[in-house]
Amino acid sequence: MLTKRIIPCLDVKEGRVVKGVQFVSLRDAGDPVELAAFYDQEGADELVFLDISASHEGRETMVDVVRAVAGSLAIPFTVGGGINSLEDMKRILRAGADKVSLNTSAVLRPELITEGADYFGSQCIVVAVDARWDETLGSWRVYTHGGRRATDWEVIAWVKEAVNRGAGEILLTSMDNDGEKQGFNLALTKAVSESVSVPVIASGGAGSAAHFEEVFTTGKADAALAASIFHYKETSVKEVKSFLKQKGVVVR
Amino acid sequence: MIGIVDYGMGNLFSVSKALERLQTEFIISDDPAELAKADGIILPGVGSFRDAMMLLERKKLATFLKNHVDKGGFLLGICLGMQLLFEESEENGPAKGLSLLPGKVVRFSGRDSKNNAYKVPHMGWNKLTFNNHSPLLKGLEEDYVYFVHSYFVVTNETEVVAASAKYDVDVPAIVAKDNVFGMQFHPEKSGSMGMSLLKNYLSLVKGRQ
Repeated sequence: MLTKRIIPCLDVKEGRVVKGVQFVSLRDAGDPVELAAFYDQEGADELVFLDISASHEGRETMVDVVRAVAGSLAIPFTVGGGINSLEDMKRILRAGADKVSLNTSAVLRPELITEGADYFGSQCIVVAVDARWDETLGSWRVYTHGGRRATDWEVIAWVKEAVNRGAGEILLTSMDNDGEKQGFNLALTKAVSESVSVPVIASGGAGSAAHFEEVFTTGKADAALAASIFHYKETSVKEVKSFLKQKGVVVR
Repeated sequence: MIGIVDYGMGNLFSVSKALERLQTEFIISDDPAELAKADGIILPGVGSFRDAMMLLERKKLATFLKNHVDKGGFLLGICLGMQLLFEESEENGPAKGLSLLPGKVVRFSGRDSKNNAYKVPHMGWNKLTFNNHSPLLKGLEEDYVYFVHSYFVVTNETEVVAASAKYDVDVPAIVAKDNVFGMQFHPEKSGSMGMSLLKNYLSLVKGRQ
């Protein structure tokens, strides 16, 4: 039986791992290669690296990071952040990443999803969606530029569009829940998971092992992503997995 | 020495990195003359079956692979590389494969027998069930490996299926017949279990030298 995946996320800036709480206030948390090996040992099913470098040099450094991680890691990993063209995807995937994650660039130019999927296959193309509840819309609205800019897209319409264009997986972040540690956004995750045929990774709000159970059962997520609770050792991948096993959720 | 077939389909980097970690010599090439120097071949690949076969034909690699196997050489297909070992695929209309193993490649329906929707691709960690003895499974216990695929193999020759994984149907995960092997999952991305499986393949190749 296919297991539910636990995915630690590492934010990388200029080659170093940092973590933002609700997209601001960063704290240095270490070396990407070491952290990747640590999480592999801990039983992480995959890793996501998010490049938050603003500079060209930072982006170049990311390719080196990807190469170093790929050389030592025996589980899949995804790289997101600053991927704006097919050329960017080629650089990252050829450096050894298994998947790339597109966010703002996919909203600005949805054809990019298709270009990537045609060239590398859908399984390499993750579309990351930052969503926030919108009263006037009566649903969740899609945001870009690290959550700073509202778009015209309603989340369900956008994820369907993304999948039609070739997205192989959706990485769904609830901006309302992110950083609050009160649990994942179950309603949002369930709504998205039930409206697309591809796997959905829930993100934003993990504060305890119980939150993972909820998002896999009620939220119907295929995978769940978290950062700070793992980085600051509030819980561990191991602990979360043993809790899930007790609750009858199938994990590796 | 291992020859990794580079025909422009997919990520050869992680396969080659896995071989480096296992301290195995390898070459990466699309040239049959170069690959002929290798003792065992690995055929990786992600993407479309039809495109892959077209490239293998165009670069004369299809003939090379068939000859290599005829001469008793070892061949391991990974992911799409495993599917290519079979007779045909329904991906983008029927396309002929290498026909080294009996069977065909079909798409997951996305609906189970009770008409409930399930996710396609089959993506993530799934547990292997060992069905038949194979030298690839030597010393190993049933464990989880990492899959990413939307198509799977259907074969009437059950003895070819050394291991399978449950995803709506029994998905052939490791196939083996004489000197031809295939893994539907990515051993190079499957942690220590994947590395052990690759190691067993390398031992087989080494044993023949």
